[in-house]
Formats: sequence, structure tokens, C-alpha cells
Amino acid sequence: MEYISPEGLRLDGRRPMEMRQLHAELGVIAKADGSATFEMGNTKVVAAVYGPREVQNRSQQLQEQALVRCEYSMATFSTGERRKRGKGDRRSTEISLVIRQTMESAILTHLLPRSQIDIFVQVLQADGGTRSACINAAALALADAGIPMRDLVASCAAGFLNNTPLLDLNYTEDSGGGPDVTVGVFPKLDKISLLQMDSKLPIDLFEKVLELATEGAKATAEYMRERLSENTRQLVSARGLLRF
Amino acid sequence: MVASHPKAGAEDNRGAAAMLQSKSFVKKTRQGRLLKIVREHYLRDDIACGAVYCSICDKSTACLSDTTSPILIVDTNVVLQQIDLLENLAMSNVVILSVVLDEAKNKNLSVYNRLRTICSNPTRHFFVFANEHHKDTYIKGMVGESPNDRNDRAIRVASQWYQRHLGGSTKILLLTNDAENRKKAREEGIIAETVQAYVQALGKPELLDLVARSQVENVFKHDVEDLRPSKRKVVYAEHKAMSEITSGLRQKIYHQGKFRVNRYNPFEAYVGSESVGDEIVIKGKTDMNRAFDGDVVAVELLPQECWQDGSGKIVEDDDEEEEEVVGLVPASADDAPKNQALEGMSEKSISIGIARPTGRVIGIIKRNWRPYCGSLEPMPLPAGGGGTVHALFVAADRRIPKIRIQTRQLSNLLDKRIIVAVDSWEQTSRYPSGHYVRSIGEIGDRATESEVLLIENDINTRPFSEQVLACLPPLPWSMSAEDLRNPYRRDLRHVRVFSVDPIGCKDIDDALNCTLLPNGNFQVAVHIADVTNFVHPNTPLDEEASQRGTSVYLVERRIDMLPKPLTEDICSLRADVERLAFSVLWEMSPDADILSVEFTKSIIKSCAALSYVEAQARMDDSRLSDPLTLDLRNMNKLAKIMRRRRIESGALTLASPEVKFEIDTETHDPLDVGMYQVREANQMIEEFMLAANVSVAGHILKHFPMCSLLRRHPIPTPKMFEPLLRTAAAVGIHLDISSSKALADSLDEAQGDDPYFNKLIRILATRCMTQAVYFCSGELSPPEFHHYGLAAPLYTHFTSPIRRYADVIVHRLLAASLGLNKLPDLLRDKSLLTSISDNLNYRHRNAQMAGRASVELHTLIFFRNRPTEAEARIVKIRSNGLIVFVPKYGIEGPVYLTKKGTKEETELVSDIDGKWIIDEEHQTLLSQDGKRRYKVLERLSIYIQVVEPQPNRPKLELTLMKAC
Repeated sequence: MEYISPEGLRLDGRRPMEMRQLHAELGVIAKADGSATFEMGNTKVVAAVYGPREVQNRSQQLQEQALVRCEYSMATFSTGERRKRGKGDRRSTEISLVIRQTMESAILTHLLPRSQIDIFVQVLQADGGTRSACINAAALALADAGIPMRDLVASCAAGFLNNTPLLDLNYTEDSGGGPDVTVGVFPKLDKISLLQMDSKLPIDLFEKVLELATEGAKATAEYMRERLSENTRQLVSARGLLRF
Repeated sequence: MVASHPKAGAEDNRGAAAMLQSKSFVKKTRQGRLLKIVREHYLRDDIACGAVYCSICDKSTACLSDTTSPILIVDTNVVLQQIDLLENLAMSNVVILSVVLDEAKNKNLSVYNRLRTICSNPTRHFFVFANEHHKDTYIKGMVGESPNDRNDRAIRVASQWYQRHLGGSTKILLLTNDAENRKKAREEGIIAETVQAYVQALGKPELLDLVARSQVENVFKHDVEDLRPSKRKVVYAEHKAMSEITSGLRQKIYHQGKFRVNRYNPFEAYVGSESVGDEIVIKGKTDMNRAFDGDVVAVELLPQECWQDGSGKIVEDDDEEEEEVVGLVPASADDAPKNQALEGMSEKSISIGIARPTGRVIGIIKRNWRPYCGSLEPMPLPAGGGGTVHALFVAADRRIPKIRIQTRQLSNLLDKRIIVAVDSWEQTSRYPSGHYVRSIGEIGDRATESEVLLIENDINTRPFSEQVLACLPPLPWSMSAEDLRNPYRRDLRHVRVFSVDPIGCKDIDDALNCTLLPNGNFQVAVHIADVTNFVHPNTPLDEEASQRGTSVYLVERRIDMLPKPLTEDICSLRADVERLAFSVLWEMSPDADILSVEFTKSIIKSCAALSYVEAQARMDDSRLSDPLTLDLRNMNKLAKIMRRRRIESGALTLASPEVKFEIDTETHDPLDVGMYQVREANQMIEEFMLAANVSVAGHILKHFPMCSLLRRHPIPTPKMFEPLLRTAAAVGIHLDISSSKALADSLDEAQGDDPYFNKLIRILATRCMTQAVYFCSGELSPPEFHHYGLAAPLYTHFTSPIRRYADVIVHRLLAASLGLNKLPDLLRDKSLLTSISDNLNYRHRNAQMAGRASVELHTLIFFRNRPTEAEARIVKIRSNGLIVFVPKYGIEGPVYLTKKGTKEETELVSDIDGKWIIDEEHQTLLSQDGKRRYKVLERLSIYIQVVEPQPNRPKLELTLMKAC
């Protein structure tokens, strides 16, 4: 199948190095301590953070650091076919774990000993790249909750189809069967906190794809930072602390 | 079907992704059940118009340079119907809209690919404009608007945009044959014309022939020509609507399958149907209902009582009597006509009462039209000349019906071989209508006829493109110091290496050496040209070679897989020059036991490029005792042992009557034909090549069990042996086909009263088997890897990388397994490798067919002025004649004992000898006076001459000689 026309356009009209449209909202769930929605094109996820709060199950309490928990799920209406999706299936468990580990590496857990942070992410609409979108949403929600972090963590995926590295695959491209590299980065620290790949790729090509995905993640981080500062400005002006 | 909603979006949020106009749309499609699919659709403002003289757009991809002629914009139907016209060099400065490309892709993939080829050629000035992603030319479907109308509107909007954008510098012309669309376009201020009008205005009559007639116009023409209503009668039944076909298929009323026309009778076809589980026979033009060979059709079964049970049903309005032709002997079961086809009438006597399912075509699911080679049916030139004439085209492929075309250059075309494309086949028309594409050359001319057979076998004869040639190393090439320094390359220049090939061979792939070691063993090595050192993966050169798949050898010319400098010089292991090689080295005991194998890249310097004749002469000449001759004798000794062992383990010695032409060096006409002589030297070389291939096959499979390219030869089914067993039984020989070993043994025992008898049986046995094929090891299970003919569990092709692409792949696999370079990604993917091997099998097969067709052509030229008498062997006796085989010329064909038209069973009239009595069951033939009696496989005298019963289709005719 032709994923990139000889004119250099992808099926949806993007060029190989272009991301889909990003959109993020903060504080979408009033009840949660921090929340955010994150959209990458047609992929839309919502994240809610509760905590830091008292550990519910005393036996799990950690003396030196905070306990981070994460729950990932997909809404029944998130794909074209309406399907009941359990929370406990292999895929969900795996993605929950990935998000938890990525967030744990960002949160300064040692500052919050004997406490618990719960992160809930749900996919509202799936169109490829849900893993990245979930991490981005969770990071924004954590920031919204005011939880101390080493750096903002941002994620993006890149693939390799028709002999070309492609940034931010959508569902159609994702189903092309090619490799799909997801990275999570600390943009300021310039460190990688997550790296996953489906399928396989020769090492020299892998480096190119990884580089592209990292670039994409950094660009995403920039957008997230903008949204955060905009949000902060709004909060500040809402409290009447800042006069224009 | 398309509902869309614009989505507001911020412009400022896209780091790496610049330039996105944000808009998405919702598309609802059906995939089995109703499913809503949402896809984003980004609009852009960075899509260039493609004109070099444009002052606004980016010009890096611009290719429209000519301001004197208008920019042409074509609609989808023009692309689909007039692709031959678009391919003509006269058409340039064309803008192809992406909406047109997408529609063309969905409707006809081959047209799409041809269009893409034109667009990728910068000299053609075709520009692809992505109108669907341009912010000013993207349109949404309106409520109640059909997708077709929406696309037509999109084309008009894009034309308007071009007019606004470039209108100042040049004229924009929309070509469409749809009157409604033209009208609307003109209302919107776009200049629109029909293709015919545009081409007419160009003033090139030969171009007008290329213009396909659209269906609407056809009907119109009929109205004018045939005013009498009786003339417009419906010849064929209407094709059912697609929806009706799909529901019929689901209810199992109709059956779907590929339509295969009998090579020997164009009024009979078979449709292999899974739902019936058998082939459905379709007889007669009416029931074939306008289907072409290779089409995917829907078939309805006839009531059981109408099933083929005799000749009663065949009512044919034949204006052409079709019969079998004299041709080359089939080399394998694939070449041989279908059983039932070969036996034709006689099939009945064997399978009486077993009626085969018979059906008729009720609809065509997918057309398989391609351009056809052939000639026009002779017709008188109309008075005046120069006007438009209807002519009938007869394709070289006998399975293709005659095609009606219109031409303005009849006098020019009558004596030419031409290519014609089919446009449509109306219900009211006996013949399909088509249009002239191009002419190849004069009929009967050797070069023309060779060209025809190359085209018919889909062989690419175009010269190599510049991109391909750019991949060659600089010439003249010589060994670089770098090659010498390479630690992986063993220096074997001191070894006495030689090559043995046919006379005049320029592409020498292989060389050998045989050195006596101090311990009494031999070091035997096969050195193969190191093609992969020059052909790197993912280069244009590699892609071209992969497409071509193999070199093609015709009688008088060779079509190379790789460019000539590689084929004849850089890779060719010629004598006295240093060459790079990939070597297989064995240590062999004097009993030809392989003690060790080693593979290495190497540098060799061949000391002699011998021919088979020379090598044989050296071995036979007892006076010679130079080192080279001794090497040859040693090798021959080893080869004989290896060969004996191979045969003992069940390898078949098959025979094929290969013929060899002696060609006049100037006219390239054949001077003499004879059987190709196989010498001991040939067998010796063959033995070592087999051994090398087997060793390599084992090695690569061990390292890459999922993605090795191997070659297998399927075990023939007992059914395939039936014709052989019947013939053998008729002459009182029992053949055991239970295994290849058993068959080999019983073939050895099958001795007749003359020496040729055994060979004849072997020839017959060979044609019962299918071809060996390439495959990817990951796709099959190990027992299926077996090579039946060679009785080898593993086999591959390693020894001819200059002329076979399979060997190139195997070289790469072997090099990767030795850690010399990494395996290209292409070869890691088993589905990709499978598609490569499918192409290789297809190309290999076509190359063989072309080679055979070339020999047939030369045989025909040879006998044109030399009617000859020759000795023949009876291969089969049937109700109306004999099938004979002429060993000297390697041809096989029917000898008719009946007069045409009389098809009685037992009493037959021979032109010369009065009546014959034929006994099919015992395969004997008796003259009525009882004086002459023939049995199958017996000798008889035959007269060979060229006749031309149908114009422009000369063929060989065999007749029985008078008793001597």
C-alpha cells in the first residue's frame, strides 16, 4: 500500500515529518486534583490525577517515597466499533505499567513520602498514538495537580513505512504493519525516559526514526509548556494577582 | 456519503509540523457492516502549481515549462480510456489532479501504474497537483451530490484555480468527454474540449488512431451507420449488474473464477471455480459472452442435461477452423496443453458418461485487457483512401478474439504487426472495439516477429535507464588496491582456474579449479562471478535487475538482466584478467566424498576460457598431459562418481530435445538446425554446479531458516503420469512411478529395439512433470523443499548471478551468513521475499516461453523455403490423426488423416494412401489394405512445409509420406 504519494504527501495530507494537530485543555475535571485532555488529531484522551493523598492500602505504603498508581482504559465508544473493553486485559495492563513507570521517573517521589498519587487515563477517541497521548495528558494533569516533577515529560511516536520515517502515525498508518517507535523524553534534561518499539528495524534506520520521534516529542513538550503557562496566567488573573 | 465538519483549531501549536491548515472531515464507509470511519484531512498552502514560470509557488518540483501550448487538465475517464494517447510523446504539459489519480487507482490499477510512470518521467512534463490537499481547491460534497459529480466539480474547481493562478501566462484547457461536465465548465469560464477535438486540432492523423472511442460515441456511430433496425440486433446476452452478481455468488447460483481460454480452441474456455470444485467448461462464443482470457467472471451453470456430452452441442458459426499447430515439443507439463484439450475429440472415448459441468458467463467481475500484438485482417483499400476505415485486428495470441479498430492509415498498417488496445465490447457488436496503439514493423520480418514474441511474453527490452547506468563502477574497471587489501577476500590468483562454457559465451558466471593436495585429496573449487560486489541493494540497478529477473536468450539475441559492461566485462570471469569471485571450496577425497566445505569471497585470474568442445577434446586427446588437461581429467573422474551417486539416490536423467540453430552472421537467418549435443564436459560442469548449489542451499538455510530463497521441484501426482503410462502400456513397458528412484530405474530398463527409443520415453516422462520453482523457506515446511528431479532435499541457484536474479539474492544471503555484510531488509521479510520469488518464477517462465517461441519462429523461417522430408516418431494416435515428434528439429505436431470437416470415428481418408483404420485403445494405426501398420513410438516419414491457411499466420504443416 502507498502510504506516501510520490509528491510526498501522506494519506491525510501531512508530509512525513509533520505531526497531527495538537490540542490540550487543563482542569477539565473539577473533582480531580489535576486533570487534562490531550488531542493528537483524532486521538483524544482524558487524564485525572488524585493526590498526593493518604495511602489507601496501608500495606502498600512506602516510607521513603510516594506510591504512584496508574489506570488506563478505553471508552467503549473510542473506536468505530462499540465494544466493551475491560481494564484488566493484557494490553491495558501493559500500557498502565508503561505510563506509571514514565510518570514515576518524572515525579520527585522522594519529596512526598508515605503518600499516594493516582493517575487515571481514558481514551475517548482512538486514532493511533494513544500511548503517547496518554503520557502527555497524564503529564499535564500532574502539572495541573501541582505535583513536583523533574521535568515535563512528553511523548511522541514515529514509524517507518514505504522506506520513509514518518512522524506521529495515525491509525491507518499504524495498521500498515511497520515498526512503531514510541519515546518519552525530558525535554529540558534532554533525556529519554521511555522507548518502545513494535516490529523490528535495522539499527541505522532505527536511529533515524528514534531521532525523528524525539524531535516530535520535544515539539510536543513545547506546546504543552505553552498551554501550561497560558493556564497559569489565567489562574493568576482569575485570582486578581495579575493586572493587565 | 461524505459529511464533513470544519474543525476550528489554533494555528500556533505545531513545532515540527509546520504548515498545517487545520480541517478534518468525517467519512462514513461500509466495511462489511456499517462502520463510521473518521479520518483527518489536512489542507495545505504549500502545494506548488508546477509551472516553472510561476512567480509565487515553490519551483523545486516544477516541470511545466512550455508556455506556448496550453496546460491540459484531464478528467478520470480520459485517463482511463485514453491512457495510450497520454503515453504518446505528443502529449505534454499535462496536470494530473490527485482526485483523478485516486479515482483511476480505484478503477484500474494498471492504468494508474502507467500514469505514474509517465508522471515520474521529467521529460514528459506531467505534473501531479494534489488538489485534494490544497486549501483553495479542496471542496466538500454537497447534500444530494453523487461522488462522481463531486469529483467532476473538484476537477472544475482546480481548473478554475489554475486559470486564476496562471491564466495570465498560458491557456488552461480542460479535456473531458462528458458533455454535461463540459457545459458546466464553460459556464464557469473554463475552456473545455473533448479529447477528439483537441487531437484533431493538433493535426496529427496517426495520433487520432490512438484516441479510444468512448462508448457513448460508439452507439452514436451505430445509429448513423446502420439505420436498418435488423442490423442492430443484440448478439450477446446482457451482463448482469454487479449487485446481482454479488448476491448470486453469495447464494451459490453463480460461480466466480478466472476465465481461461483453451490455447488450441478459442471457442472453448475453462473457469476454475472453488464453489463447484471443478473446472466449468464454457463452449461457444455466445456462452463465453464477451469474456477475455484472464478475466475474472461470474458463471452460471447450465442444466445438467446440457452438460458437455458430445459434439451435438457445438454449433459454431466458425469462419475460422481452429486446430492444433505444429510447435516445439513441450518441455514440461506446464508447456503441454491441458489433457482434455490435447485429446480433444478422443477424450470422449475414455471418459464416456462423465459429463463435465458446463456453464455460461453472465457477468465480468474484472477485465484483464492488455495491449495485444497482431495484424489487421487483409482487406481491400477503400477508394480514395485517407479516410477513416473500420478494420479487423487479429491478435497473435489465438485466445484473443478479433478486435475492430478505426484507422486513418490503413494502407500503412496492412503489412505491419501492430499493437492494439481494447476499449469496450458492446452487446450489439460481434467483436470488441479497440484502438491502434503503435506499429512494431513489417510482417514476416525476423526482427519484427522477435519483437512480437518479446512483447507477448511481457519481456522488458528497453535499454537501461540513465539512473541504472549511473550505478555502474567507472569504466574501464580494474581491481583496486582496496579489493586486494580486503581481509575477507582471499587471493586465489595463483590457483590454476579455468572456465568451460558454450562457444561464444560472453557472460561467464562460473570458473573452476581442481588441485591435487599433498595428502592425496583434491581441492575442488567453484568460483562464481561476484555480482553483488557491484549490484547493491536498493539501487536503481538492483531494482531493474529484480524486475527483469533473468536474462532472456533468443536464438539470435540476448536480453540482459544487467547492463552490458557488467554482463560481458566486469563480472564475466574471462581468461587472463583478474576478477572478483565468490568461491565454494571443497576438499574431496579421490572417491569424491566431500570432506569439508568453505565459502569465501576471492580474487581469481582464469587461465583459460574453454568451450565444451575444447574441454572435451583436451580430455579425449591422450597425447596431451599439460597441467590444465590433467585437472580436467581429474575433475571428470570426480564428476562421474558424483553423478553415479546422484543417480543411485534417485535423480532422474531426463531428456529434452533441444535444438541448435546455425545462424547466418549477417542476415541472422537460420542456416541449419540440429539437436544440441550433450558432451561429457557439459555433464562435468553441471555436476559441480549442482554440488555448489546444494552446498550453498544447506548453508543459507541453516543461517536463515525463515527467509532463504530455495528452489523446489514438486513431486508429480500420479494423474500427471497418466498419458505416459498409457503410451508405455501400449508398447508393453511397465513404468514404476512410485518414487523418483523407481521411475529412474524403470526408465533405465525401458529399452526398445533402437537406441533412440529410451530417449523418447525420457522425453515423454519429462513433460509429465511441472517446472521447478523458487520459494521462500519460511512459507513451506521442510518436506516440501524437496527437489524431485535432482532427488535433493535442498536446492537453490547460486551459480549464475549475471543472468538470474535469484542467484543475486542467494549471494547476498550467503555473504550475510558469513558476516561479510548485513542482510538487506528486503530479504528479512518473508512475505516480501515471497513476492520476489513469485516475480522470479513468472519472469523465468516467460523467458523460457520467449525462448521457445523464438526457436519456433526460426524453425518456421528455416522451413519457409525448404520443404523437407524427415523421420518422425509417433507420440500419440487419436481418432482423426497422429501426433508426431520430429527429433531432428525438435518439433511436434499433428498429422491429420481426415479431411477437414469429416470427423467420423473409424473410417478416415488419407490424402495419399486411401483409408486408415485407427485403434485408439491399443494406439495402433492400420492402412485398410493391411500393408502398413503403425504403433505408437514407431518411426515414420514425414513431409514438413510452411503453409498459410489464414493470412499473416504462417504455420508448419506435417503430412505423411507415401510408403517407401
